Amino acid sequence: MPETRYLVGQIIAFTLFAIGLGYFSNSPTYTHHDPEMAQIKLSFSHASQHKEECRRLSPEEIAALAPNMRHPMDCPRKRVPVLVELIVDGNILLRKSYAPTGLAHDGATSAYEKISITPGQHNLTMRLRDSNRGDGFDYEESIKISLVPRQQFVIDFRNSSFQFY
Amino acid sequence: MKKLLRVGFEHVEDWIDNIFGPKWNPFYQLGALGWFYYWIVVISGIYLYIFFDTGITEAYQSLDYLTYEQWYAGGIMRSLHRYASDALVIMVMIHLLREFAMDRFRSSRWFAWFTGVPMIWFVFSAGITGYWMVWDTLAQYIAIATTEWLDTLPIFGEAIARNFLSNETLSGRFFTLMVFIHIALPLFLLFIMWLHIHRHASPRVNPPLELAAGTFIMLLVLSFAKPALSNAPADLGTVPAVVGLDWFYMPIYPLLDYVPGLTVWILLITATVLLLLVPWLPPGKRNPAAVVNLDNCNGCNRCAVDCPFSAITMEPRSDGSAYEHEAVVDASLCTSCGICAGACPTATPFRRRSDLSPGIELPDQSIKELREKTITASDRLSGNDRIIVYGCQNSLNPEEMADTGVGIVTMPCIGMLPPSFIDFVLSKKLADGVFLTGCRAGDCYFRLGIKWTEARISGERDPHLRQRVARERVGNFWAGLTRRKEFFSELETFRLRLKNLASSQPDKQPPPAASENDREITHA
Repeated sequence: MPETRYLVGQIIAFTLFAIGLGYFSNSPTYTHHDPEMAQIKLSFSHASQHKEECRRLSPEEIAALAPNMRHPMDCPRKRVPVLVELIVDGNILLRKSYAPTGLAHDGATSAYEKISITPGQHNLTMRLRDSNRGDGFDYEESIKISLVPRQQFVIDFRNSSFQFY
Repeated sequence: MKKLLRVGFEHVEDWIDNIFGPKWNPFYQLGALGWFYYWIVVISGIYLYIFFDTGITEAYQSLDYLTYEQWYAGGIMRSLHRYASDALVIMVMIHLLREFAMDRFRSSRWFAWFTGVPMIWFVFSAGITGYWMVWDTLAQYIAIATTEWLDTLPIFGEAIARNFLSNETLSGRFFTLMVFIHIALPLFLLFIMWLHIHRHASPRVNPPLELAAGTFIMLLVLSFAKPALSNAPADLGTVPAVVGLDWFYMPIYPLLDYVPGLTVWILLITATVLLLLVPWLPPGKRNPAAVVNLDNCNGCNRCAVDCPFSAITMEPRSDGSAYEHEAVVDASLCTSCGICAGACPTATPFRRRSDLSPGIELPDQSIKELREKTITASDRLSGNDRIIVYGCQNSLNPEEMADTGVGIVTMPCIGMLPPSFIDFVLSKKLADGVFLTGCRAGDCYFRLGIKWTEARISGERDPHLRQRVARERVGNFWAGLTRRKEFFSELETFRLRLKNLASSQPDKQPPPAASENDREITHA
């Protein structure tokens, strides 16, 4: 039978361990995002246009190919980067070009951005270019939004149109 | 640094020894406590799984049901599940740090170290997926932060974090996947835990009953006092701005807000690789493995049973001898502790007519050498309180005892000392007493050296110390590195005891006698 002083010591030791365990299992709190701010999340996965048009091969070019690789059309796989512009209340909040995924840059372009924004009313314009054009955008959409603190406003691009959640 | 860390550990553990005693000291049971917590997590997890519903809203609701309506069983199980998981992390991390500080990863012990490191990833991954399943605001934060972090790896096409864009796009199948991962990871973990102890003989996978009871009661009381609760339900339309993190599992997450995710991956992977390579950075000196001398091995099996690292197996005789088996040492598993020599019945210093060569011993620290060192140490002693101290090379430095006037003989582990040496010293009047020291009780560097030594002296284990040896002339104190003061105090007390014995029974020293130990041992 252990002595009383051992028992008392063990109770104290277990209690201290339990206090540490109980406290650090969900404290202290961590502020991951300013609770007074809202957040815009811009994310899409979109396959942009190919960098080059398909080209019909000449009979000589077809003949030069291996028999099992012969095809009348040559379609380069590379896609163009997607350029995105986010304008809030007339200010450009984001302008960024996203490269297509994949080793051959032939996959869909994926974007994922988080932007803190003050709550309240905002005029928001989204622009996206996914073609070879030198300037301008292929898609554009404006929306008036009203945000509250900690609200998350999502901008997605699906089926050739902007989606807002 | 390592030595400082070791001394630091030993000081803390000495203090804990005063409360728990060496048998229950949690620091000596970290691995076993880890197993214990693991089983609590598994059992409570099975219970929770019975009631857990996979679904975006159902997951949260089912846990609310367990927490509030079934608080007496489900709520307690949930709390035990959380707190035992947290305690498991603490045990794993201290265990890792302690094994490093105590230098217990060299030689064949690299295997336990190497298999232990990946466990950290499994423990953390299992814990994090568990929090994810609750689908409250903390789960939302963890899910988004984890997937965003995974997306920094250049291996995913579409961002995984897109799965958590909005409540509308979230799929319920995701919870089924989480349940699968949360069950699969602990199963893998169990397999690695088994591998981790695979090379240990008599592995300690259960803490002493009293310690297990104490720690379980602690978890139970904590579960009643501060039950594990969910936060508000997850809502992907709202940012979980302030979160109460489980700091045992989630210390990495705040870092992700300040350091690029890919950098954190590189840091963690580099740290893991470095940890894995610790046994070879720099490569420690590997002492020669034990060797078997078949001429003196009768296949008694004692060395194989006593080897703490399963380095010895008994194989069919290869030398045509009448004995059925012979000991075979796997050099890759041998830690050169010498415990096998201490277990060998032929390692007796009484042998006179033939060369002292036991059935098994360390080639660089032979039993013959041990006898010579003993005789040399005794030559310098005088008076009626002459003491020979046998110590291990992982505890007090013998030079610190130089001024005490004792004869000192050291060996890799005190378990290398055949009990017949104590008989030899006393019956040959080489000294008036024998004092044993080594690592701290319950914390032998070679795991079982102290345990086997005590069992041999008390007669519970072969080869045991003969009955004729006056036990009052045999003392011990397991000092480790830090208990110098207590060691010298115990040694002084022992010396006084010998003096008292000399004055009270001047002629009662046991005479040398022809005995089994004295006989020439030869094998056909």
